[in-house]
Amino acid sequence: MIGARLERTPLGRAALATRNRWRLFALSVLLGAATVLAAVGLLTASGYLISRAAQRPEILSLTVAIVGVRFFGISRALLRYGERLSSHDLAFRTLTDLRGRFFQRLIPLVPAGVDGSRRADLMSRFVGDVDRLQDLYLRALSPPLVAMFCSAICVALASIILPVAGLVLALMLLLGGVVAPALTRWSARTAGRRQAKARGQLAGDLHEIAVGGAEIAVAGREEDWLDRTRTDDRQLVALQRRDAMSGGLAEGLGTMLAVGAAVAVTAASIPAVSSGELNGVMLAALALLAMGSFEAITPLSQAAAVIDATDEAAERIEEVTERPVPVADAGKVRPIPAGGPIRLEGVDFSYPGGDGKVLDRANLEIRPGEAVALMGPSGIGKSTLAELLVRFRDVDEGRITLGGTDIRELDQDQLREAVRLAPQDAYLFNTTIAENVKLGRPEADRERLVEALAEAGLEDWINSLPDGIDSLVGEDGSRVSGGQRQRIAAARVFLSRARFLIFDEPTAHLDPESAASLERCLTGRRDQGCGILVITHTISDPEAFDRILELRDGTFREAH
Amino acid sequence: MARDRTRAPGASRQARETQRRLAKSSQVARNHLIVTVGLGVVQAVLIIGQATLLAKVIAGVFMDGDSFAEVAPLLAWLAVISVARGLAAAGFESTGRFGAARVMSELREKLSRHLLLKRPGALQDEQSGELVSSAIEGVAALENYFARYLPQMVLAAIVPLAVLVWVVQFNWISAAILAVTAPLIILFMILIGLLTEQRTRKRWERMSRLSSHFLDLVGGLATLRANSQAFSQAGSIETVGEEYRRETMGALRIGFLSSLVLELLAMLGVAMVATAIGIQLADGHLELVAGLTVLLLAPELYMPLRQLGAQFHASADGMAAAERIFEVIDQPAAVTEPAEPVPVPDPARWSVAMDGISYAWPGRERVLESIDLELRPGETVALVGPSGGGKSTLANLLLRLLDPDEGTISCGGVDLSGVDIREWRRQIAWVPQRPTIFSATLADNLRLFNPGATDEEVTVAVGTAALGELVAGLPAGLQTQVGEGGRRLSAGQTQRIALARAMLSDAHLLILDEPTAHLDHETEIELAATISDAAEGRTALIISHREEPIATADRTLVLERGGLTERVTA
Repeated sequence: MIGARLERTPLGRAALATRNRWRLFALSVLLGAATVLAAVGLLTASGYLISRAAQRPEILSLTVAIVGVRFFGISRALLRYGERLSSHDLAFRTLTDLRGRFFQRLIPLVPAGVDGSRRADLMSRFVGDVDRLQDLYLRALSPPLVAMFCSAICVALASIILPVAGLVLALMLLLGGVVAPALTRWSARTAGRRQAKARGQLAGDLHEIAVGGAEIAVAGREEDWLDRTRTDDRQLVALQRRDAMSGGLAEGLGTMLAVGAAVAVTAASIPAVSSGELNGVMLAALALLAMGSFEAITPLSQAAAVIDATDEAAERIEEVTERPVPVADAGKVRPIPAGGPIRLEGVDFSYPGGDGKVLDRANLEIRPGEAVALMGPSGIGKSTLAELLVRFRDVDEGRITLGGTDIRELDQDQLREAVRLAPQDAYLFNTTIAENVKLGRPEADRERLVEALAEAGLEDWINSLPDGIDSLVGEDGSRVSGGQRQRIAAARVFLSRARFLIFDEPTAHLDPESAASLERCLTGRRDQGCGILVITHTISDPEAFDRILELRDGTFREAH
Repeated sequence: MARDRTRAPGASRQARETQRRLAKSSQVARNHLIVTVGLGVVQAVLIIGQATLLAKVIAGVFMDGDSFAEVAPLLAWLAVISVARGLAAAGFESTGRFGAARVMSELREKLSRHLLLKRPGALQDEQSGELVSSAIEGVAALENYFARYLPQMVLAAIVPLAVLVWVVQFNWISAAILAVTAPLIILFMILIGLLTEQRTRKRWERMSRLSSHFLDLVGGLATLRANSQAFSQAGSIETVGEEYRRETMGALRIGFLSSLVLELLAMLGVAMVATAIGIQLADGHLELVAGLTVLLLAPELYMPLRQLGAQFHASADGMAAAERIFEVIDQPAAVTEPAEPVPVPDPARWSVAMDGISYAWPGRERVLESIDLELRPGETVALVGPSGGGKSTLANLLLRLLDPDEGTISCGGVDLSGVDIREWRRQIAWVPQRPTIFSATLADNLRLFNPGATDEEVTVAVGTAALGELVAGLPAGLQTQVGEGGRRLSAGQTQRIALARAMLSDAHLLILDEPTAHLDHETEIELAATISDAAEGRTALIISHREEPIATADRTLVLERGGLTERVTA
């Protein structure tokens, strides 16, 4: 039943996804609860100890209470140590679980399943959200469980001593544990909603100042932008002031209840002492028990915020992972044909929700041993062709064949071994040049790597580097130039044993001379019988190609 | 781990520096500190009052057999104190959060002034997104500092002392126990900080490397799939994560020992006080009221000290946003303004000249080396050269967005370093490499350089910049909202808008920086005509690595390896 309820929220589903960690989770909840209870025990036993001592009994009769006080004090520290270790272990493990799991789900979706211009943003937000989920157990799910468990025990203990004290304590814990956090959460949510628009507006102002500052300054319009920003800023601060007040009151209520609990429990117990129902020696113990029991309640307000944040993160992750997989595997897999051209036969393709067909009964043939360039204005769908050829997407109508076999009947990985794509904006991983190139064929030896890099025209540059092919490329290739990046990506393709090589916009952002030299380099492989397709919006060296095609109105035509 | 994700605790020293700076530079932050200290004193008094009264009630009922009615006034006072403590907590929270909001607002004002007046356009693209989100969202982190850490700091300084002073009147043995253990806790806290800082920082670095490993895999997933490597890399997430976990847990087992000692001290402190009081009570050396008061106060003494450790990271996080802004506004102004500016020369009448201009971006080689250049009134000059060769830098120098390292820029013999920057910029219309579309109507965007342009003038510019088709297709025509949150425009449309802006400007000097970059060939040819229209009758400098936009130039200069040469046309 709990499982079914959890299924209903993104957060619950994320928790279920890592339920194999429940033992470790249970351990850290238990240790957390035991830590709080030890503190309660310390205070209660101390209260009893000194009340009993005030009756001036034999010192020996106090021994049990003294031992109890020390026991609770020491065990509290030890339990806390154990709790911190187990909860950190849990957080590490769930983070790795979640990363692995969501990465697996993402694989078939990239790139076609996550279309849109803001793919990079989406991906980095995705990573941030997965990381945020590590708080799931530690700071979102554990505190409420610890609080419930400890509250129940504290109330039970108080009820045994005096039922009415238990009742009052239960009431205070309920108010402090449910009402105060709910109020905090409500206040934070309203604040978030109310401020969102003002924040967005101000972010827009500041962003314009940051990126368009030079234009504003050259236009001499600085004061106009400053005035606008100031007005929006004042609006946000006014809202924040209001929300600070309501947030403060919620916080204050929590504190008042925590402080008032001991007073209320004492007040409720006094008549029982007067009537003789309760031995007065227990009065201090009850007051201190009430005081200590709130330690489990205090983290709840924060947990409510973390629950909301992790729930939102889980929802955003699902928004990505629950997208339909764009390409499905065929039931039976045919062997990869040994040779032959790659061919588009009457292919239709349009984007779901996009306007018009990108390909309209398009036909195209690329033979082994020829180099073809494909031109056309940006945004017309040249990259779509590349993605269709390696089955990142499937055609709507018609078919694509490799050596006569429909590529939908081939194993996806085997197809990509035969038809290798260097995607647009060649991605470099934050490791060495060698490791980046090796991706093209992981079993290749160093000699082959050096050859592939030389073929991509990087020999001189590599030799000039102190670490040679073991030099690091930096985060997202930040330590190499645009041209070098494209050539490393080309070397990656050269290293593979693919029969068809597809390069998507390899010369964007390069000056004409570098572009021409890169084009000559990319098409060199045709002499070894490879079919080459270079997708570009400007051709710098027409001599490098056997044919130049143009994509126009959804079909391919020879360009002249 | 959950807490130290966002920031290396090793940066705590820098965080302290920023705290001092905030306190020094911001009146709001100073006022807030005063309020917090005031609330802290009130809080300490309330804590002591509460413990004393509660002890009186319990001892009265238990030892003297007081009835409910007899202790009712005391209970009423206790209720009042509970409410008052709630109000004090509300005070900490709401003044803290409001203080954070106002401090952030002050910083934002400084930031925008700096970005517009001191170093316009000096920010890298990737830097700006992060900076903007710090400036807006940073308030949440700063709230943690103002509403949690700072009050805790103040309480940690006031409450233990106040409690100690109160306790000493009742029982000096307990006071002695507290007076010895409390400083020990502080001592241990400092020791732990010193001992573990290095190790924690290393751990944090590895943690963030692990995070970026994941980001790297996700970012390059299309490439991995194209190489049939996605599934084999998925396995590496687990191997690397597991290896890291095992290593870190080993270190944590030792690392947490120090906080175990800390916790033990606090707990044993309470236990020792309880035992000592118990024995004295049994011996008859102490009254129950005194004993209970001390016992109730003992945990209150340790509480703020223990909380301080927990809130420590919150403070470092809070400072991170402020630090990022300080880093930016600490940069010196890009251009020195003249103390007594001379009148601005008119580029319509005089040549603009660069004499021996050299420039190097900080920490890099020189991009410009002894450049001499003359732009004669009315001529169109093309500037070509390889990417990254310093063409845009040269334009920025002419716009006085940068000061040259060496050499002078002059107009009609007047050194421009002596001219008011804004006056000079008013003489120039500029199409930057990546024009910004501001969040406003299309008409307001076109009026950037000339807010007073009439509707007719705008319509004419729309025509010459070949924007007619775009405007006709917009729901509200020129009044359509564009930019962030409004209608999105293509790169070609953006370039055309930038050209129309320049045409609307009545400035005589025109600087076009790669007006057709990122455009396909057809759009480029279309725009070439617009560009020569715009240059008509003005002095124009056109930067491009393509041929079309500069076909009609009077002469072409080549900027290569820092030097300028004239291209000889056949």
